[in-house]
Amino acid sequence: MKSILLVEDNPNDIELALGALATETYAEDIIVAKDGQHALDFLYKSGPYAARESGNPILIMLDLKLPRVDGLEVLRRVKADPVLKHIPVVMFTGSGEESDLHTSYGLGVNAYVVKPVDFSEYAFALKMIGRFWTQINQAPPVLALGGGV
Amino acid sequence: MKKILFVEDNPNDLELALETLSQEVYADAIVIAKDGQHALDFLYGSGKHENREPGNPILIMLDIKLPKVDGLEVLRRVKADPVLKNIPIIMFTGSAEDSDLKTSYELGANAYVVKPIDFAKYAQALQSISNFWTKINEPPHDSEIVI
Repeated sequence: MKSILLVEDNPNDIELALGALATETYAEDIIVAKDGQHALDFLYKSGPYAARESGNPILIMLDLKLPRVDGLEVLRRVKADPVLKHIPVVMFTGSGEESDLHTSYGLGVNAYVVKPVDFSEYAFALKMIGRFWTQINQAPPVLALGGGV
Repeated sequence: MKKILFVEDNPNDLELALETLSQEVYADAIVIAKDGQHALDFLYGSGKHENREPGNPILIMLDIKLPKVDGLEVLRRVKADPVLKNIPIIMFTGSAEDSDLKTSYELGANAYVVKPIDFAKYAQALQSISNFWTKINEPPHDSEIVI
């Protein structure tokens, strides 16, 4: 089951992303987490996700500014975890700030995308993210999961 | 000056890649390294690249099986270097072996692409790589490089 974890709190951005990612079959399932804690709960199968099916997403799309736990902290936690760190993380953010870019790469982000302001460019970016990360990139082997945790 | 460093020893693969990458203006320059040592020389500005212009490539496309220094060793060296480690590296390889895939992610590869055998799919993969990595991704800035 190929799933994408989309971590985004802005309802418009969520709608756009779901629309763009659904136009082609990029993933069988897109999980939306509206804050960083929700994302970590999904990844660690805790809280509301305690009973979810095992398996990691093939991609995490991560906004930077998020309620509760922010995107950089989610990134830090994922990339410091020996099991989760192989999951590709793409920052998808409104921030073009040098410090966010620098910190993200320093923490081991796989890619960093600044959300375009122009609508058609925004849709194109989503499409290219979907195409590369779900159809062309080979996701890390699931065997790193340690079976049915 | 947006550069891609393409590390590949197979002449057919090189030709295909150059053809595809030059169809659209994905980068101002594509630097070709035919073995791992050559790639490292470029990155470190040593050997025959001693006098090259400063500045890191926005992307390294790295084959695994390479003469002299292999792709995994190049990956290891780049990702262990405090100045070079943020450069995005895509493994672009004929190997679909789990061990190569796992080792590459372990060493910090940003992405891993298995070269499709079918020509049309191969071209599509290259196009998708170029689109995402040269138009959509924001590469790290070179601020740490002291000239």
